[in-house]
Amino acid sequence: MLPIILLSVLGVVLLFLGFLKSRAVLLPATLLFLAVTLAVNFLDWNKTYLYFNDMLRTNNLSMVFTAIMLGSAFMVVALSGSFMDTDEAQPAEYYALMLFSLVGAIMMVGFENLIMLFVGVEILSVAMYVLTGSDKRNLRSNEAALKYFLMGAFATGIMLFGMALLYGATGSFTIAGIGAYAANQQGLSLLLYVGLLMLLIGLLFKVSAAPFHFWTPDVYDGAPTIFTAFMSTVVKTAGFAALFRLLSVSFEGVYGFWWTIMAIIAALTLVVGNLTAVYQNSFKRMMAYSSISHAGYLLIGLAALGVQTKQAIVFYSLAYSVATISAFGVLLLVAQQRSTQTITREGVNSENFDSFNGLARKNPLLGFTMAVSMLSLAGIPLTAGFWGKFYMFSTAVERGQIWLLVVAVLMSAVGIYYYFRVIIAMYFRDGATETIPVAPFYQYVLLGATIITIGLGIAPGLLQGLF
Amino acid sequence: MLTLLLILFPVVAATLILMIRGERVKQAAFVAALVEFAFAGYAFVGFKPDASSQFGFDYAWIRSLGIRFSAGIDGISILLVLLTGLLVPLIVLSTFKRSYKQSSLFYALMLYMQAALMGVFTARDGFLFYFFFEAALIPIYFLAAMWGGSNRVAVTFKFFVYTIFGSLFMLLALVYLYYQTPATELSAHSAAIADFYKLNLTPGAQNWLFWAFFIAFAIKMPVFPFHTWQPDTYVESPTPATMLLAGIMLKMGVYGLIRFILPVVPLGVETWGKTAIILSVIGIVYGSIIAIRQRDMKRLIAYSSFSHVGLMAAGVFSQTETGMQGALIQMLAHGINVVGMFFVADIIFSRTSTNQLDQLGGITKSTPKLTVFFMIMLLGSVALPLTNGFIGEFLLLHGVFTYNHYLGLAAGFTIIFGAVYMLRMFQKSMFGMPSSRTESFVDLSRTESLVFIPLVILIFWIGVYPQAFLKVTEPSVVSIMKYIGTTAVSLK
Repeated sequence: MLPIILLSVLGVVLLFLGFLKSRAVLLPATLLFLAVTLAVNFLDWNKTYLYFNDMLRTNNLSMVFTAIMLGSAFMVVALSGSFMDTDEAQPAEYYALMLFSLVGAIMMVGFENLIMLFVGVEILSVAMYVLTGSDKRNLRSNEAALKYFLMGAFATGIMLFGMALLYGATGSFTIAGIGAYAANQQGLSLLLYVGLLMLLIGLLFKVSAAPFHFWTPDVYDGAPTIFTAFMSTVVKTAGFAALFRLLSVSFEGVYGFWWTIMAIIAALTLVVGNLTAVYQNSFKRMMAYSSISHAGYLLIGLAALGVQTKQAIVFYSLAYSVATISAFGVLLLVAQQRSTQTITREGVNSENFDSFNGLARKNPLLGFTMAVSMLSLAGIPLTAGFWGKFYMFSTAVERGQIWLLVVAVLMSAVGIYYYFRVIIAMYFRDGATETIPVAPFYQYVLLGATIITIGLGIAPGLLQGLF
Repeated sequence: MLTLLLILFPVVAATLILMIRGERVKQAAFVAALVEFAFAGYAFVGFKPDASSQFGFDYAWIRSLGIRFSAGIDGISILLVLLTGLLVPLIVLSTFKRSYKQSSLFYALMLYMQAALMGVFTARDGFLFYFFFEAALIPIYFLAAMWGGSNRVAVTFKFFVYTIFGSLFMLLALVYLYYQTPATELSAHSAAIADFYKLNLTPGAQNWLFWAFFIAFAIKMPVFPFHTWQPDTYVESPTPATMLLAGIMLKMGVYGLIRFILPVVPLGVETWGKTAIILSVIGIVYGSIIAIRQRDMKRLIAYSSFSHVGLMAAGVFSQTETGMQGALIQMLAHGINVVGMFFVADIIFSRTSTNQLDQLGGITKSTPKLTVFFMIMLLGSVALPLTNGFIGEFLLLHGVFTYNHYLGLAAGFTIIFGAVYMLRMFQKSMFGMPSSRTESFVDLSRTESLVFIPLVILIFWIGVYPQAFLKVTEPSVVSIMKYIGTTAVSLK
């Protein structure tokens, strides 16, 4: 709860800081704010509180999710320096919007009432629409923002409709109330099922699960890279936290109804995300499809809702966020260096796989960081991503959903193909002519992400028993 | 504790080697590999010939999941530990004449590879096994893709994706087995391989588990029809990497068959074992026939290796004690022979810059030493009595023959075909008129001979007195046979 208030206030403070002549204060200030919020977040550790007339709840799980999102935001902001230095950029506004969107994300993690979920989704989304379009001179950025907004608004509408139906069926907006009704199992109103489906559609849209994923590639590709990193980590984590909360508290009683739907969507998401990623020439666009495919892995855990799911989702979100952010961090530098800025139909040239040719020889650290991220996303042992997949697979095995796992395994193999294209380009192809200068701070952030990925890969138990 | 040392020492050594520059890297890597060999040799000498797991180490790795970092050496592992310890110093020594760019990375990766291989062969926990099984792939991938031939990137990529694809199925199987082990409020499930042995799995589950494991191991070995990655990878990789692949890494697959498939899913073996043997036998014959037609030495050896490993798989699936014993000793023997053969090919290549048989010939005129060593390696490969290959192949064929006469007969072709392609290679490269490339062929240097001498000693030692090795493995083989017996009987 404190993080919400703090972030709102600090966001406004940031806006005022924007009046200062010097832009240089903004980045450290934002980092400081995020660090303070992260610390404050843990004040309620091991306690469970209900706030605002039972609208929000904080418990260890919500705090862990909040911490993952704040940490992701911290890393994204730390890597954002170069983008914010461009002339047209409005850093104060961007940082403030990021903080505000985090407020929404935290609400999505701890909602106790569907209204709160709706408000959270909206706060998060509206900020994201703006940030997507923040590269004003770039046509693709504008297009992306418009697409995202139109489709997002539509999805939110469906979600709201679903909530109304759920209220009609159960007479309650609280997730506990709905859960109590659904637990009856017998004589349930049809409205409950329809409402649940519509609510799920809205949330699945946010996490870009197939067949609600069509906006993702264009939006991820069009948005400035730094916000793509933000979107693909914070929004996804918040979305899955919300889905988990909803399904585990409210709808466990009707598990038999929705698990097949979720399993089919998971399988579809995996197939679509992975197979399409293979055909991409642009790294950024590949990452967009990769984010779809990772939504598929996370959905496996939800479809197999059980004791393991909580842990699986937390671990997976963390592993995925860290790897994704460091991958985008490297992309930012590479794209900037190789920028010819000729925009082709496939995207910006400097964001293609070719831009990474020979990177490891000239910039061993960048190459290594990127390689570790790719290995983690591909789920190779010794990285956090492996254990993420492991936990996910465990949940499904426990429920005996072997067919879903076979799909997931086949698609993991496909995933290795496109993640390794980057590694091959960096290590085995010639291309780079000059070393890319990397600021020390930037280097520490990337190094930190790499250490987290490998550390969790060697000792995944570190995260356990926390929540 | 010794197993922990076996796994950790190469890691530490490799990390230190990364910091060394210049020529001293080779010496450092060689010394490190020798020390590791001393550990492995100590394990072999100190190994008590019974079925227990020795020199063990056990530590709760992920406590809440009951996953343990648990490693130990039993009769199944011991020969492979010895082989890994033995071959790596020889492989390092074989590179002394060559220079590789970024050599510190090159040797570090070899040692990382060794650590992962030691981990695979000693892991007592299913997930730890998987962990090392995959971890072994990363160094070898980089070795092959960074220092290989012109088509290396595409070829090694295929190899990588292929093998990962297979092992993901194994992961699935392991996770499934893990959840079949009993769990209580106090203790989590267990991933210990010994606990997997105790499970009473339904025949249906055993059938799919069989395939999940089999595909993983069959790709690694490789067994027909999963072999398409192998010849290209062997040819394109730099020779030291090929030696690691053929000498040690393919044994991971055979080892997996013995360690997992036979004792964990005996009913699956009952149902599908015959299919597996038939595939293996097809591989034996098919590999041999293709090998006869090859013009490239490395490619020929690659196909011969494919053929030999088929026989090992068939021997294991015969579910007989002789078959398994044969597979174990043949893994050791094949590792020794194939490394020797690849080294010969490498020596010829380094002096003539070709491995094409029709461009070679007449080498024997100026090279008494190479001729003798090459001949001995070759005799081992074609399983001449009194060489190591004979013991292994004889036991394996005996096993397959007991299982099914016709299959045994078909597998027996391996010896005849083996003699044909090996002697043809020898003849074409060593005898005849010298070509322009082989006219001024220089005989072996001291370091090169030094690589061959231990190999030759082992070839004859195993060939003349195999009992020293067989008696070490026997108790463990018997205990694995017991699992096959009891589960199969109790469910009948």
